[in-house]
Amino acid sequence: MTDTAPTATATAAIETNDLSIYYGSFQAVRDVNLDIQPNRITAIIGPSGCGKSTVLRAFNRMNELIPSVNTTGEVLFRGQNIYKPDVDPVEVRRHIGMVFQKPNPFPKSVYENVAWGARINGFKGNMDELVHSSLQSAALWDEVKDKLDQSGLSLSGGQQQRLCIARAIAVRPDIILMDEPCSALDPIATLRIEELMRDLAKDYTIIIVTHNMQQAARVSDRTAFFSLSEDGKRAGMLMEYGDTKTMFTRPEKKITEDYITGRFG
Amino acid sequence: MTASNLQGRHRLGRVWLVVFQIALVVGIIALCALLFNILNGSFGFVAVEDTVSPESLAVNGVPLEDLDKDALVQILQAHISAGLYARYEFEKPFAERSAGEVYDLILERVIEPRFVAQWSLYETLTNGDAIRQQAAQEFPNARLEFRSWLNSHFLRAPQSSYPEIAGVRTAVLGSLWTISIAVLFAFPVGVAAAVYLQEYAPDNLINRIIQTNINNLAGVPSIIYGILGLAIFVRVLGQFTSGIAFGASDPATANGRTILSAGLTLGVLVLPLIIINAQEAIKAVPNSLRQASFGLGATRWETVWYHVLPNAISGIMTGTILSISRAIGETAPLIVIGASTFIQVDPEGPFSKFTTLPIQIYQWTARPQSVFRNLAGGASLVLLGLLLTMNATAIILRNRYRRSL
Amino acid sequence: MPLTRATEQSLPATSLKRKLRLRELVIQAVLFLCGLFSIFVTVGIIYELGKESMLFFGRTQWERTNKPIVAAISASDVQFEVSNIGAMASPGEVIRLDDELLMLTAVEGSTYFVERGFRDSLPVPHAAETIIYRGVDPSVWEFLTGTSWAPHAGQFGVLPLLNATLMVSGIAILVALPLGLAAAIYLSEYASPKARNTLKPILEVLAGVPTVVYGYFALTFMTPLLRSIFGQDTVQIYNTASAGIVIGILILPLVSTISEDALNAVPRSLREAAYGLGATRLETAVRIVLPAAFSGIAAAVIIAISRAIGETMVVALAAGAGPAFTFNPFQAAETMTGHIVRISGGDLSYDSLDYNSIFAIGLMLFVMTLALNIFSQYIVRRFREVYE
Repeated sequence: MTDTAPTATATAAIETNDLSIYYGSFQAVRDVNLDIQPNRITAIIGPSGCGKSTVLRAFNRMNELIPSVNTTGEVLFRGQNIYKPDVDPVEVRRHIGMVFQKPNPFPKSVYENVAWGARINGFKGNMDELVHSSLQSAALWDEVKDKLDQSGLSLSGGQQQRLCIARAIAVRPDIILMDEPCSALDPIATLRIEELMRDLAKDYTIIIVTHNMQQAARVSDRTAFFSLSEDGKRAGMLMEYGDTKTMFTRPEKKITEDYITGRFG
Repeated sequence: MTASNLQGRHRLGRVWLVVFQIALVVGIIALCALLFNILNGSFGFVAVEDTVSPESLAVNGVPLEDLDKDALVQILQAHISAGLYARYEFEKPFAERSAGEVYDLILERVIEPRFVAQWSLYETLTNGDAIRQQAAQEFPNARLEFRSWLNSHFLRAPQSSYPEIAGVRTAVLGSLWTISIAVLFAFPVGVAAAVYLQEYAPDNLINRIIQTNINNLAGVPSIIYGILGLAIFVRVLGQFTSGIAFGASDPATANGRTILSAGLTLGVLVLPLIIINAQEAIKAVPNSLRQASFGLGATRWETVWYHVLPNAISGIMTGTILSISRAIGETAPLIVIGASTFIQVDPEGPFSKFTTLPIQIYQWTARPQSVFRNLAGGASLVLLGLLLTMNATAIILRNRYRRSL
Repeated sequence: MPLTRATEQSLPATSLKRKLRLRELVIQAVLFLCGLFSIFVTVGIIYELGKESMLFFGRTQWERTNKPIVAAISASDVQFEVSNIGAMASPGEVIRLDDELLMLTAVEGSTYFVERGFRDSLPVPHAAETIIYRGVDPSVWEFLTGTSWAPHAGQFGVLPLLNATLMVSGIAILVALPLGLAAAIYLSEYASPKARNTLKPILEVLAGVPTVVYGYFALTFMTPLLRSIFGQDTVQIYNTASAGIVIGILILPLVSTISEDALNAVPRSLREAAYGLGATRLETAVRIVLPAAFSGIAAAVIIAISRAIGETMVVALAAGAGPAFTFNPFQAAETMTGHIVRISGGDLSYDSLDYNSIFAIGLMLFVMTLALNIFSQYIVRRFREVYE
């Protein structure tokens, strides 16, 4: 855990300005202003249906794969609004990778799972080395080095999820988005992923959505708390954002405290 | 509500259960009757009279079937006119013909067996003795033999107006040619259309129209496709479908009623079925795979090509083969576009005149002489065998792909 | 082996810019065109059927009477002798000699009185033995209401063909609906999963048999069967009953499969509610599930009718080869599809009366089946709204 609070001069890995997301005419997320700091783990927590995953998926434009979704406001990545019309969502996703709720390896070999993303992104180097280093970074190498040509689906759930992380790393993104990556895993597999995240944070900016407050407290440096608006329109809003330690010990708002102490959610 | 009332209700329930079961049994009986009827026509006694007995053609006690080619050619030359021999020599020199081919010519021209009467399988099995007596009485010169109308000669021989030597070779080849062209056209176009509709098309008016239109096309009677094929492929595009535009055919005699027109017509006919089946297969690919691919920065086409299609291909293949089995049995549209009904030579290419197996069955069934019904029965068996092979292939393909995943 | 991020961090900020992905664009365009192709097919069908039907209705058909004029006539003669062979024309009809049109004003014995140069054609001399052609205009009204179809004799009523089509389809539905529905109820409400998995494929085999084989079956099995039951004199060799029953067997799997899907779509809770009230299995199936699935079953029946109307090979082989306006199912009568197949069986020459007529009949067939299909889709859509 880092003890030093980031200085004001540090550039944000991702910065949002008045980000709102609509499903059809329903406003699911309202006016989010957030700056994610580089090489930190940022956790997004909040009750079900408050738009946590929707916000996360807005960071690499995955939401637009759902036809009715509409996004307004800005998401700045390296100072560029990724929602500007001349920005290519494919390029965005090459820089901002994603790990999903349920492990979803391709029905291909372990090797191919890791190599494919790099290959389509024009990787020209030594592929064996890349696969090796990616699997090692994902703390999976020792378990799969003898079965690289077996199907990714033959691994256990926890291994599959680490394979998905290795696959994301192989593309060498700047940021890895994790959408409740442990919700389908058992406690031991969850622990391994959490350890892995701490390791990865040295090189990557990680944003993780979780409904598990202990997890957020254990792994994250910063925490963003989302909740539904209280005007009856049920739009997700950013309620509080700060250092995880501060947030879990001295939350500023009553609603945050209520959630953290388990009074609702 | 009294107990006796309840008993009555249960009794009523049992009665209707029997009624429902009978309905299914009727369906099964219908299927059995259909198959029995084909077998009934495909096997049975025939009374055969030979113009020249094969025994008399034996040379030095060697039976005709075992003679070598030179001896067979000599026999043929001795029994047919010089003009006819010269014509055969002109069509295909005897030096190039196999012994089997020469034997077939001897059978056709010298022995000239004639079927004077034939009986169904059912009659043959239940009433054999009476048939033997009847045959001996009415056709003293004929021998009675049990004939399978589906035999190797039937599969090898071209169409003929003599039922004794007629076969389905031209028709089978015609069917294979037309189906191949239909597949070559409809498979890529159909899969591409399905990919577009499932993976690309935003939900807007034009795409909704395309989808509705495909669903409606699937319900258009096949004969309408025949009329369309006649107007477009045979007539408007006649220059191309006849091969004249490519210099492949003689402009004086060629017209658009060719294998190419037939194949394209069948292709258009099965297109909606292939699209709908492929859409189902593509829909079945889990969305998590697409997300994983997009999440790695893949473009839409990379996602489709590397993940969606490989995972949908077994479903697409199965659907395509099932659609194609429907096309193989199609008859009406090909009659409308003018499939030639009497063709003795093998189709040589897409610009050939042709006939197909179902058309052959139709022609033989429609003939007034009952002997052709037996041929139609045999041809039906061939057609059903072809369909069975295709469906089995579809199942094997599906299973193999499932295992390899 | 930790990865270094240093190089990536220094990537230029412009790298997010949309690239021109030519390959993606070309592929998307090709895929779209393939999707659009089905629209071309529909447009092609409607255009060709419409165009040739217009020719059928809109253009005077010239029917060869086989009757020649006896002697040569000059450009100004207004009466001439005709031979006694061939068909007579009646006063008021337009006739044609070579390229000249003439209005026939009166006929006395074998003398024709005419107005020359009719419809702006040029009066010219005609040689002896020139054959007279008679002009016939089929009207849409006559087409839809006439009870005799003989285009070469100037009779354009489609009713005999339509009547035969409807009779065959009616018989087919009478066979397929009760059997198919009962089979569907059994499979959906009574059969164990194991029984269903064996029985359904058997019905599906019925659906996979080519229609020409059904035609063979109708002619060589069903017709002899009907004749042995009802008598050789009552049942003709070709008859609509045999074709109708066999088409009924052919569409049976269609009715049972779609009906079963509709029955299966009825929520389980509805059945449980009925059982909870003490209903027997039959009462639940017939009084609760069946009405709830009614629209789905109606759609199945409509699709089956549409299929029966368009079915061709069975009627071409078994129903008869000549138009006949009869309501007796044991008599021969040609249907619309059967007629198209018979007419086009030979080498049909373009722009002939027969050529145009199959398009007119085809258009009618297309409109009928399309209307039925759209109607069934409409019903299915409404049906879905109830449960989703």
